[in-house]
Amino acid sequence: MIVAFITRAIMQAIPLLYGSTGEIITEKSGHLNLGTAGVMYVGGICGVIGAFMYETHTSSFNSVLAVLVPLLASVLGSAIMGLIYAILTVTLRANQNVTGLALTTFGVGFGNFFGGSLIKLSGNTEIPSIALSNTSNAFRTTLPFADKLGVIGKLLFSYSFLAYAAIIIAFIATYYFNHTRSGLHLRAVGESPATADADGINVSAYKYGATIIGSVIAGLGGLYYVMDYANGVWSNDGFGDRGWLAIALVIFAIWRPNIGIIGSFVFGGLFIIHNYIPGLSMGAQEIFKMAPYVVTILVLIIVSTRKKRENLPPASLGLSYFREER
Amino acid sequence: MPVPAIELRNISKSFGSIAANKNINLTVNRGEILSILGENGSGKTTLMNMICGIYFPDHGQIFIDGKEVVIRSPRDSFEYKIGMIHQHFKLVDVFSAAENIILGMEDTGKYNLKKSIEQIKKISEEYGFDIDPNKKIYEMSVSEKQTVEIIKVLYRGADILILDEPTAVLTPQETDKLFTVLRKMKENGKSIIIITHKLHEVLSISDKVSVLRKGEYIGTLITKETNESQLTEMMVGKKISLDIDRSEPEGCEDRLVVENLNCTNSDGIKTLDSVSFTAKSGEILGIAGIAGSGQKELLESIAGLQKFDSGEIVYNNPKTGKADNLKGKTPLQIRELGVRLSFVPEDRLGMGLVGNMDITDNMMLRSYRKGKTAFLKRGAPKKLAEKVVSDLEVVTPGIGTPVRRLSGGNVQKILVGREIAFAPTVFMAAYPVRGLDINSSYLIYNLLNEQKENGVAVIFVGEDLDVLLELCDRIMVLSSGSVTGIVDAKNTTKEELGILMTKNSKGGYGDEQ
Repeated sequence: MIVAFITRAIMQAIPLLYGSTGEIITEKSGHLNLGTAGVMYVGGICGVIGAFMYETHTSSFNSVLAVLVPLLASVLGSAIMGLIYAILTVTLRANQNVTGLALTTFGVGFGNFFGGSLIKLSGNTEIPSIALSNTSNAFRTTLPFADKLGVIGKLLFSYSFLAYAAIIIAFIATYYFNHTRSGLHLRAVGESPATADADGINVSAYKYGATIIGSVIAGLGGLYYVMDYANGVWSNDGFGDRGWLAIALVIFAIWRPNIGIIGSFVFGGLFIIHNYIPGLSMGAQEIFKMAPYVVTILVLIIVSTRKKRENLPPASLGLSYFREER
Repeated sequence: MPVPAIELRNISKSFGSIAANKNINLTVNRGEILSILGENGSGKTTLMNMICGIYFPDHGQIFIDGKEVVIRSPRDSFEYKIGMIHQHFKLVDVFSAAENIILGMEDTGKYNLKKSIEQIKKISEEYGFDIDPNKKIYEMSVSEKQTVEIIKVLYRGADILILDEPTAVLTPQETDKLFTVLRKMKENGKSIIIITHKLHEVLSISDKVSVLRKGEYIGTLITKETNESQLTEMMVGKKISLDIDRSEPEGCEDRLVVENLNCTNSDGIKTLDSVSFTAKSGEILGIAGIAGSGQKELLESIAGLQKFDSGEIVYNNPKTGKADNLKGKTPLQIRELGVRLSFVPEDRLGMGLVGNMDITDNMMLRSYRKGKTAFLKRGAPKKLAEKVVSDLEVVTPGIGTPVRRLSGGNVQKILVGREIAFAPTVFMAAYPVRGLDINSSYLIYNLLNEQKENGVAVIFVGEDLDVLLELCDRIMVLSSGSVTGIVDAKNTTKEELGILMTKNSKGGYGDEQ
């Protein structure tokens, strides 16, 4: 049962990891995108739309295309969300919090609208959901030798490619921040845009880039949730509050994607642990569901009492930058 | 004639309707140090920002090595090997020195911090800097941060260095060290422009001095052929008669006695150093000084808004005849005693008025505690608002207009009107006429005079020496947080004030903690 718990926790963790890695990249440029929940929602529904179109319009089902079409649709959808956020907050210098919250509301509504439409199109009137089992199967293709290795195989190799991609992306992001010139520039933009500007760094370009790439990565979390975790079944509001949990994970990870990997496993475990403790009453279950947020609050307390400068959020997070402001 | 390293011709720049620079001309040759001298607000920093690509000039030409260039961004200025050390350091706090130094460089090849660190060490050895490239900026002292800034421009291979008030934050020993480095750079053929308003530094370091005043170019002198008084005169200008009415002070009593006030800011730098003075009732005490010499800290200490390290502020209460020590009193208690602070110019709205609220509501900000019920009574404040608007000729569509939408001068009038309405006994005004037209300025002068005739002790912080000389009875001069003199306004000259303002106080800033 422990093996089942761990694999389930990791599957639970992957969407959070995508969300938090994407959000960290965006926040490193000084932009707090509270629209992440909406972006992940859009990433999910766009993948579903892509898959639905492919499944209904193709006569010969090709697994590679079945993965590529939803993947591209998802990337495109979340990139547009990121672009909207960037235009509003970077170019028009709108309030980041308000913009982010608006995007979340918009993204959830967008997802539910198209989710509802697709459910209607599929003619499934009894259960209000849409199942894309063929696409999901393509997404969930695992390594062939995973089954032969027993427990280790199940623990380490039983996941789909998107799960490994999440971890690899998190490591790449960490390496990018700390070991590349461009990563240094991005961090400078988020810490002190005036400094970056005076040093000849194109502040707006970095902000746009970080917001859009961050959104695309976050959107993949939504795609993973639908295609892997939910076995290709889309039901409205099924994604729940994972987007917010991803933002909480950013704080837990103190803005480091590599810590985010472990953090996402912890969060994933805490998120479902109530299912694995026998004999819990409804009330006790709800208390366990609060665990990830309690842990986030504890991390915030610890980080802010230790006051190590490297562990604080980027210094200009949430602030707009305009060069000739006096 | 050698071709100048950098030459500016007729450079102008305006912000809105305010001209920050008008037809400025400058030349600097290789191996030469040029000082730019001017009071605050004379346009020095704006001018330098145009050379390094932060601002773009409205008119005029810039020549580098005799060729006309267009500098549109900081990146362009690097291309022409211009490096600027900003007054407010542009460094990323959580980065190490080395990371800051290489920031923005588009080197070809791999990102290699180790190689960069070696090069930084080489530069440090050449010029005698003592710096740990791996140390984080937030762990550094002010002078270390400045060193990082200097290495940064050298690392980029800058040939023209611009330093904006580099000594403002340094101890005298650190200043000497900096000057040694600058002389070495000069020997290496670099061109250096240094902005400062400390005359003795100008005389000791520079080859040429260019003077700016109120955005205008006054002239350039060879340092060896000039002296302090000539430079002061160029900096402050000839005396202009303003015809401000000044009545003889009457019934003077010691109202506010400040003794040995000391104050330190968050960087550990002394902002007030043993300041002692007496403000008398029925008199206007002027405070002169280069901006940032401690004026703000002094007024805020008196108003109870700023904690000070040591010293006494004693208020002689005319109602009770008792002497109250203001130390340890809350701003509210101090205000109740009749000590009023108005006009903090950098933040006129933030400190005194709420921009989105209308005139009536802003009047209520001072009186809401007087209400007896939980509900607001708008009657009295509304009358006060109407009175202020009509008495002070505030131009506004109505008293229901948000203060934010009024012009600066009218905002100023509302603030002064409200504070005066509460019959203060000590009235402090900092830069009350900044940004006002002539008529509005005179209105404010008359209001201050009226207060003085009513027996109020008025403290007036000003920047225009002509105004200070004609409006005030006595003038106290602050320089780097210490009092360099208290003079009788009727028997002093502009030059004397100028010299006091730029005088190096006994120890300069204290050593850092």
